[in-house]
Amino acid sequence: MGPNLFVNYGEAVAAILFCIGFTNLLLQTNLIKKIIGLNIMDSAIYLFLAEKGYIAGRAAPIVTNGVTSAEAYINPIPSGLVLTGIVVSVSVSALMLSLTIRLYVRYHTLNLDEIAAQLKKEGK
Amino acid sequence: MTAFQMILMGLLVICAISVSFSRNLLNSILIYMSFSLVMSLLWICLESPDLAITEAAVGAGITSVLFFVTLKKIHAINIAEKAEEKKSPQHEALQNGGKNE
Amino acid sequence: MSKKKSTENYQKTFAFHFFSWLHGEKDPYLGNVEMQPQKEYETDPEMVLRHEKEHDAIMDKVYDTQHNVQLRLFHSLYEITSILFCLFLMALLLVTISYLPATGVAEKPVNNEVAARYIENGLEETGAINIVAGMILDYRAFDTLGESHVLFVATITVLILLRLDKNKKGEINPLTKDMNPNDRIYEPKNDAILRLVASFLVPIIIIFGIYIILNGHLGPGGGFSGGAVIGAGLILYLNAFGFEKTERFFTEKTYKWICFFSLSFYCLAKSYSFFTGANHLHSIIPNGTPGAILSGGLILPLNIAVGLVVACTMYAFYAMFRKGGF
Repeated sequence: MGPNLFVNYGEAVAAILFCIGFTNLLLQTNLIKKIIGLNIMDSAIYLFLAEKGYIAGRAAPIVTNGVTSAEAYINPIPSGLVLTGIVVSVSVSALMLSLTIRLYVRYHTLNLDEIAAQLKKEGK
Repeated sequence: MTAFQMILMGLLVICAISVSFSRNLLNSILIYMSFSLVMSLLWICLESPDLAITEAAVGAGITSVLFFVTLKKIHAINIAEKAEEKKSPQHEALQNGGKNE
Repeated sequence: MSKKKSTENYQKTFAFHFFSWLHGEKDPYLGNVEMQPQKEYETDPEMVLRHEKEHDAIMDKVYDTQHNVQLRLFHSLYEITSILFCLFLMALLLVTISYLPATGVAEKPVNNEVAARYIENGLEETGAINIVAGMILDYRAFDTLGESHVLFVATITVLILLRLDKNKKGEINPLTKDMNPNDRIYEPKNDAILRLVASFLVPIIIIFGIYIILNGHLGPGGGFSGGAVIGAGLILYLNAFGFEKTERFFTEKTYKWICFFSLSFYCLAKSYSFFTGANHLHSIIPNGTPGAILSGGLILPLNIAVGLVVACTMYAFYAMFRKGGF
């Protein structure tokens, strides 16, 4: 065990959230809850990235009073990466939800086990 | 600020766990909505106001609305199905059979 | 002489209405709010019973949970294994995190010369006060172009999945007919409260979104967040006033042309920048004085393009989920 577990509590929370989302993905049989689990995993990754770029006591990366030294601001790269990631995760969840609606129209259930059972019944 | 961050992170973990344990789908979507809201507060603590605005508009707003619409659509499909089944002769036969038993 | 009004005149005054409302004799919203009190969701007990029976029958037949010991074992084994695996993964990640450099400290490999260069030369080279905006729309503009196209492709895919085909007479293709249940059964139509609140809020939300987009290079915000805010405002407007009002200004054609012009403008602007030597980012467009709204070279027009694409995408998602088309 390394020395920094309680100093890096933000990253630790991100790891715990990731595992909770992954457990949701594995154990839930309801499709909508699976999608929520995937979204939680997304958020955990973003939290991890933002924690990596955070530096205590420094300001947000917006130039104030013309100060342009690297000592004054936090790392802007994770913010830029996460910003686009958040918007893309919306389109991913919209895609998954529309697939869910199609599955419901076809099989009249949201339960993945039942869908598998009906597929077996149809002989596919 | 650290204590506030810790409280927010604790709320995140509680929200994430209670999503999987709530029986009602609507409840779990609402909990996910509050998860996004707490997340957008946390972005401000981490000095990224860009992310806070985006998360508040996208995560707490549009994603949850899309989830709600999906639930509504599924409910509507259910009702339309029920109406059709009541019209169909198969359903009548089944009902009569049930009564005869 | 008392100037007491006659009863007829008194009944026309504001005070009469106010006091009668105060004493609970009259409800001014009685005819105006057409929201029916929602019916209790009644479950047909026969239907429920039948569904449960069918479900049990399917589960019995396929999984045979009563007799098939192997399958039952597999199910419990699957649950136990997945929980154990997740716990193992969590422990592994936590151990790894405990060896990572401490959060909040400046001296670590993440904060290398790339971030320092963005901060130190960003204002001079891109002209944007918000370093993140300068980064994602100037240094890494090609990446953002890809992101905008991801949104466009996602919209097209949702359109393929949820679209209702109509022929020229406006009849719905019977193959997709079961996709079109009337989901407006529970919708409160002509809801006075929602309309009043929306007519206050929607202009404010949309103006705030425009402000975020236009100030993307001067403060927190930018095309992505501002577009999402405008999309949320449009969704609220749609919910309050219905599709008839929004179809006057937003149809499939509008979406097509807005996306076409925004994405191709973005593409042309940045290919021009690449053509003139993207590695040192010199173009004939001046950067302007930092802090002015017309500064930052191409960042402001690119922000507007991205914002238009994002706003249209968000609205289009909602419209397609609601009625299968724009």
